[in-house]
Amino acid sequence: MNKKEVHKALAEIVGEEYVSDSKEDLYIYSRDPGLAEPHEADFVVLPKTVEEVQKIVQLANKERIPVIPAGASLSLSGLTIPYKGGIVIDLRRMDKIIEVNRRSRYVVIEAGVTHGKLKAFLEEQYPDLCHSLPEAPPSATVVGNLMIHGQGHLAQQYGFNSSMVTGLEIVLSSGEICRIGSCALGSYWFSLEPFPIPAGLFLGWFGATGIVTKAGLRLYPKKKLRDVEVFVVEDPNLVPEVIYRVTHTEMAEDITTSAQPYPLMFRDIVMIQIYITGDEEEELEFKRKLIWSSLRDIINSKEGGFMTLAPNMKIAFLERPMSNITRFADVLKGGGFVYCGAIIPIDMFSTALKKLFEIASRNQVTFSHTGRVIGRGHCMMFSFAYPFNREDPESMEKARKAIQESYIATLEIGGIPWKPEPPIQRVLLEKMPRETAELLKRIRSLLDPNGIMNPGNWSV
Amino acid sequence: MKLKFDKNFCEKCTTYDCLTKCQYMRLDVESAKKEIMRLINGEETFILNECVTCYACEEYCKKGNHPFYLITELQESKGILPAPKPIVKQWINMAIPTRKDTQYFPNSREPVISLCLFPEFMRELRGKLFEGVSFILGRHFYCQLAYLHFGKPSVIKERLPKIIENIARHGFKEVVFFHDECYSTFTSYANAYGIEVPFRPVHFFEYLYNKLKALEDKVKPLNVRIAYQRNCSTRLTPDKEQYLDRIFELIGVERTQREYDKEKALCCGGIFRGQQRYDLFVDVQRRNVEDMVKSKAEYCVFNCPYCYYTLAERVYKAGIRPIMLHQLCRLALGETLR
Ligand SMILES: Cc1cc2nc3c(=O)[nH]c(=O)nc-3n(C[C@H](O)[C@H](O)[C@H](O)COP(=O)(O)OP(=O)(O)OC[C@H]3O[C@@H](n4cnc5c(N)ncnc54)[C@H](O)[C@@H]3O)c2cc1C
Repeated sequence: MNKKEVHKALAEIVGEEYVSDSKEDLYIYSRDPGLAEPHEADFVVLPKTVEEVQKIVQLANKERIPVIPAGASLSLSGLTIPYKGGIVIDLRRMDKIIEVNRRSRYVVIEAGVTHGKLKAFLEEQYPDLCHSLPEAPPSATVVGNLMIHGQGHLAQQYGFNSSMVTGLEIVLSSGEICRIGSCALGSYWFSLEPFPIPAGLFLGWFGATGIVTKAGLRLYPKKKLRDVEVFVVEDPNLVPEVIYRVTHTEMAEDITTSAQPYPLMFRDIVMIQIYITGDEEEELEFKRKLIWSSLRDIINSKEGGFMTLAPNMKIAFLERPMSNITRFADVLKGGGFVYCGAIIPIDMFSTALKKLFEIASRNQVTFSHTGRVIGRGHCMMFSFAYPFNREDPESMEKARKAIQESYIATLEIGGIPWKPEPPIQRVLLEKMPRETAELLKRIRSLLDPNGIMNPGNWSV
Repeated sequence: MKLKFDKNFCEKCTTYDCLTKCQYMRLDVESAKKEIMRLINGEETFILNECVTCYACEEYCKKGNHPFYLITELQESKGILPAPKPIVKQWINMAIPTRKDTQYFPNSREPVISLCLFPEFMRELRGKLFEGVSFILGRHFYCQLAYLHFGKPSVIKERLPKIIENIARHGFKEVVFFHDECYSTFTSYANAYGIEVPFRPVHFFEYLYNKLKALEDKVKPLNVRIAYQRNCSTRLTPDKEQYLDRIFELIGVERTQREYDKEKALCCGGIFRGQQRYDLFVDVQRRNVEDMVKSKAEYCVFNCPYCYYTLAERVYKAGIRPIMLHQLCRLALGETLR
């Protein structure tokens, strides 16, 4: 098929207005807001149904055309850039919230449902339920987040968002539609277990093994009240101990860390935000007290203490998602921001922070760190974040260097770069034992023998 | 800069009010005498560790001998930090001016109100009471007095001359200080350390009173019962408190009789929390608010924004409406608040 014929075939599947190869449309889909080099797609399509996705993939597979599934493309590490051209499948028209099972606390959504939509829906219809919300802009998709092993505000209690999946519907590269979990046997989407869990063949693969069209996701109790306590220390070596003690109380909802040079009151200290929730004031107060007393001897040693938050600060900390994080993206004006999210053992916190300071000063870039505890201190996401000005090539180059060095630093300290850009994925594959890389390769070729699924990602 | 402190006053004192009246440490005359002697001789005493820095002893000492300033001097010289190191660091760094801070307000004219670090009140100080006023504000005008809570008077002494210079550059004869803490710095603290202040500091109460008096015919008595929340720095300059009752009288509000008012006022608790005395913070707030409720107050009136931020929520939850003094005055003039 030539390009024209492909266009026609796509238009027959999704309708003329939902396929485009115009320069203007392709411009947007050839890049993301990060620093990866743009590559032009041949087409962008916006399917509405799983059947349409199926047909697009069947066509692409037959014609050996790459397909790139995309949500909001906000992962910032070039994961939806069409490195080999092809068809970008923008899934955001598939935005139905299909079902909420209140008693079993799960929701079934289509691939294009955004965090903003799901949050607003639950707040309105099920105010005592919530999903684990990342700090990403509300337009980011829930499924996109699962595909990169994202983490939200419930990560400390329940782990990575991808471990909250209760079922998946996937379109394989062959065009077959596959269901995983209890939904494979009946109409309930309550659990992946006790099957062998093939969900791992898709989650974390950046769409390189299949396109998820529906997902079941655990919901959790949402308490009526929420508050935050911010513990500050000068010595970053204390952070793992603080986190250890607070997680031991099992009283916190979310635990995040931050360090940044501006405003000056945040300079040379590390802040540990500890979120607590409760249905009643007493519950909140009980949790607060236990958390305070868990840190009492650090307080008495004068090495750490809880900040008194001015109301505007408190509002900013309690906002979900925190718009300040997105605002940081524009701190240099020109709206650019990249971060290397390192998944690290919490013990490595101070080493990681030291590396961040070194990298920022070597490259003369400003920086910020935010982190999130995952599990009861089982690990954390440690971000090395750098803003840049898109209009200033020098600032972009500096940020690019800083981010590369951050990936390397992550590996040096024994961490794992989260949602790494393709060149770093290759470094990871090279670094792991040959047998492991080979296993990944075999899985990939089994699921995508023609190499059409988001090529460039997890390619050995 | 040396603290004007006369040992003789303490040696001859018989009541030791500064310590016996303290609401956070229990001392009888005998033990107070012992500890005072230690203080004036610069010796170790538990007072230096236990002091919650409520400032009240400055008011209790009728000789004007600055027991609290002495405590803070000794805390610093002995390296006693009332709060954890990173908290102190944050406070110290917070007030360092940045490029964004205005150092000179070329268009400001008297009457001028210094808003300290509370820009949010610029939108509030409106209406008849504030017609024609200019504002100065920001880190270049921040009085620095809060470091008394953190055992760091050296920071105040180091920065204050520059702050005074920044204000003086404008050539104002009088400056109205919205924040009580600023007023007390340029009066009590400056006095105690012999720092010259080349303008007349005017307390916000005095300003409000004079304005209300001039607008008396427009005032509609509010006929409400209010509990008043004193803030720490009012203890440094109790003389101007007289304006408060005159204001209340003018706007027709009744200051309720309650245990924790006037000399026995309790701290809002904010600084206790900052000093990590969480249980004290909770207890003091509880007692204070219960006392307000018992006195059947309808409003709790604040003069310090920091107290407001600390206590307002708890007051509100107890069914009492928190309000800043200027807001109450504006209500009495029939103005609507944002
Ligand atoms: C300011 C800011 C803050 C952020 N904070 C967080 C945070 O706190 N936690 C967090 O986890 N993330 C965070 N992110 C990263 C990211 O934005 C989120 O994880 C987001 O949810 C990703 O969704 P997306 O729609 O942008 O995914 P995309 O970037 O569109 O997709 C991600 C990957 O998944 C693949 N993919 C997308 N949809 C499908 C599908 N249906 N089937 C198969 N593959 C698919 C894509 O090809 C791509 O490889 C943040 C980003 C920004 C800009």
